[in-house]
Amino acid sequence: MSDMRHLIVDQIPHLRRYARALVGDRAQADDLVQDCLERAWSRMHLWTVGTNIRAWLFTILHNLHLNAARKHRNTPGLVPLETTFTEPPVRPTQEDQLEVQQVWQAFSALPEPQRAALLLITVEEMSYEEAAGVLGIPVGTLMSRIHRGRERLRRLMDAPGAGGGQGVEQ
Amino acid sequence: MTAAVRKAELHAFVDGQLDPARRREVEAYLAADPEAASRVGAYRRQKQALRALLAPVLDEPLPRGLAPPRQRRPLVHVAWAAAAAVMLIVGGLAGWSLRGMEPPDTAMAERAVADQAAIAHAVFTPQRRHPVEVGAKEEAHLVKWLSNVLGAPLRAPHLGDLGYALVGGRLLSAPSGPAAQFMYENPAKQRLTLYVVRDADRKGETAFRFTAQKGVSVFTWMDGPLGYALAAEIPKPALFEVAQAVHRQLEN
Repeated sequence: MSDMRHLIVDQIPHLRRYARALVGDRAQADDLVQDCLERAWSRMHLWTVGTNIRAWLFTILHNLHLNAARKHRNTPGLVPLETTFTEPPVRPTQEDQLEVQQVWQAFSALPEPQRAALLLITVEEMSYEEAAGVLGIPVGTLMSRIHRGRERLRRLMDAPGAGGGQGVEQ
Repeated sequence: MTAAVRKAELHAFVDGQLDPARRREVEAYLAADPEAASRVGAYRRQKQALRALLAPVLDEPLPRGLAPPRQRRPLVHVAWAAAAAVMLIVGGLAGWSLRGMEPPDTAMAERAVADQAAIAHAVFTPQRRHPVEVGAKEEAHLVKWLSNVLGAPLRAPHLGDLGYALVGGRLLSAPSGPAAQFMYENPAKQRLTLYVVRDADRKGETAFRFTAQKGVSVFTWMDGPLGYALAAEIPKPALFEVAQAVHRQLEN
């Protein structure tokens, strides 16, 4: 039991990083991770020792996120849960130049399915098969999301003087 | 030269997901195609920027409370544990095949039950003279009465092993109809409540869900038409242990 606990605990920073970049807001992201950990722990018996615990945890987190977003949309009277990425998840250092800022601005403007795909592949460095499994989509769909996401980022960054949002130039 | 390089392979190149032979072929292709090379360069810069921005999250100290609940295994009879394990696996397989997805209305209903339970807990547990309508001395009557009103066979779990004795219970009204509250107390006068509502339209079983508000920790779960919420002003891991005990007893 404590081995499993360690395996899960090791993934917490990664789950937080993914959640943070997916939903934008720090507290909301940590709530999502907490829900994920509870769910995982209550279903620990379903995880087969030796199989990919990272994919299993990310799948749980992703599904909880989808459910929460859907629930939110279907609740009348609530403002849409459109994430407001006013700031990067962490403050860029001095050396992080304009391009990093620009990437973040442009990334924030991507549709969520493309953000999720890019995060799993580029930041978490999952294989295409692993990421497709987490997102519950075929690899072909994943590849097309990655392609559209990267092309859109490229256009937004290449556009003269534009970083995909306001605030970059000021 | 080589087979035409597909779009997807440019991405696989950037992501290091090509086998070495194909990787060399793509390198050769890029050397001869400046447009493709500039595309790959842009993808790489995006990747580096995102990683640079997000890497520090890994080094942040974890917020308090962000950890899987600690689980201490109570000593149970082996056969009983085996039976419980079988039930968990059967129930669990059904759950996992849905990949953790629940209909959103289930999650919302559970949230509502948690809220009602937390309020009922906060209202009645501070009561010293009249915390319950029917006391533990009349447990059989209490359980029968509440079962009749809710229209489902209820049970008051026995939590003596965990130091909690039944104080009694009461009938409450919930938005969906009648609700039952069982109250327990330990020698330190710490009280916990088990709130039960019935929703005839609902079936199936859900995993424990945790919420906390104003110092009241609540674990909720659904089991068939009954929704349960266990509330107490104790830390989550301690309440989790009680929730597991309650769940086990009510299932068996």
